[in-house]
Amino acid sequence: MAALATPVTAPLDYLLHLADNALVLGQRNAEWCGNGPVLEEDIALANMSLDLIGQARMLYQHAAKIYAPTLVASRTALPPGGALRLRPGGAGSAALAGGEGTGDPVTEDTLAYFRDANDFRNYTLLELPHASDASERDYAVTITRNFFYSALMLLLWEALQTSTDPQLAAIAGKSLKEVRYHFRHSRDWLVRLGDGTPESHGRTQAAVNHLMPYTQEYWAQAAINNIAASETAVGMATLQTRWDDLINDALEEAGLQRPRVMAKPAHGKNGRHSEHLAPLLAEMQSLARAHPQARW
Amino acid sequence: MNSLQAIWDALDAVPDPEIPVVSIRELGILRDVRQTSTGVEIIITPTYSGCPAMGQIEDDIRTALAQQQISARISIQLAPAWTTDWISAATKEKLRSYGIAPPHTTAPGSDKVVRFSPHKAAVDAVACPQCGSVNTTETSHFGSTACKALYKCLDCLEPFDYFKSY
Repeated sequence: MAALATPVTAPLDYLLHLADNALVLGQRNAEWCGNGPVLEEDIALANMSLDLIGQARMLYQHAAKIYAPTLVASRTALPPGGALRLRPGGAGSAALAGGEGTGDPVTEDTLAYFRDANDFRNYTLLELPHASDASERDYAVTITRNFFYSALMLLLWEALQTSTDPQLAAIAGKSLKEVRYHFRHSRDWLVRLGDGTPESHGRTQAAVNHLMPYTQEYWAQAAINNIAASETAVGMATLQTRWDDLINDALEEAGLQRPRVMAKPAHGKNGRHSEHLAPLLAEMQSLARAHPQARW
Repeated sequence: MNSLQAIWDALDAVPDPEIPVVSIRELGILRDVRQTSTGVEIIITPTYSGCPAMGQIEDDIRTALAQQQISARISIQLAPAWTTDWISAATKEKLRSYGIAPPHTTAPGSDKVVRFSPHKAAVDAVACPQCGSVNTTETSHFGSTACKALYKCLDCLEPFDYFKSY
């Protein structure tokens, strides 16, 4: 029973990867707030962003609670004003160093607001703008991305319910209920748009062609995938067939073609991002960095 | 034990910030009040991860306890994940008379990954809280709060909220 006395915790990199995915997509989709194509969709996107940001908060809180002591100890390594650094280490052994040098404890806010783009571990797919050739903010891009991501999380949250990290398992159980709605919403719209007018069909096919190559990152080898072989996490390879089935099934119903793959996988989960992440973070982090002690 | 009962009684009066006709206990947000070696602990659970009312609920609990001069610690517990199945029949009736269609009981096996069928077939009939007709249609999966969907009655033509089963 000694194992129960000291519950295991998923590696920091893995928790940050899951949290960053949710935060970055939540922030990106929040751009629709006040701009939705119809009122109901405006509300739907804002609600789903709240879910995603809530999931990110639970994961950051968990990471901060477990790893804060090691993070605080290394914060004096950098001069004041610097961002937190995620120092590359072996699989699962990455450590955070640096900070503003204030000696404040590391919290969920530190993790969200005081890391730079190359320390974020989200999939590149989730940071891309909503833009297409047809529109600066194309709802077909939004829906297609939400569908590709929620189909993955439907499977991943379900599997993570049996993680040996009990808090991660609890977060997974909670998030699974939410992602079911996100999946249903994006799948419904994918079919409506794909099976809609020539304009909506064309835009959605273009979005599928544009975004599908980025989904290869789900399965590409990385330190995070190796971590995922541990019992706290889930091996991504075990999900691929079922994800393909969910995608192919919906694309067929929508009358859309799955593009034949593809380009090289992206590397966002390893901290190598597109040029689109830094501006997104700059907007999200500017207030917290300008007023690091602010209370409201 | 008296003091624990006093806390339950005090918290029974704390309403949900968004749906003030029901209490946080009736919605299943208040999970437990227990004595620990370091004092009284109050356990609450979030409805949705991103529910912006959680901070308000914690503040309301602190205010209610302060009025009774009770000190306690508030802990947030995620598992078991909140479900609308914890809402009693009497509470569902309160929701209905307030104008919100109450949640259905979650279907057996709904904890499994489901493949959603086309739009209309996926939606169970929801009775209009005004006229009782089940001739209703879902306008949007998402309503004024994360826990509600927007519906419209096709008989009396009134729009209404449905508290989603979850």
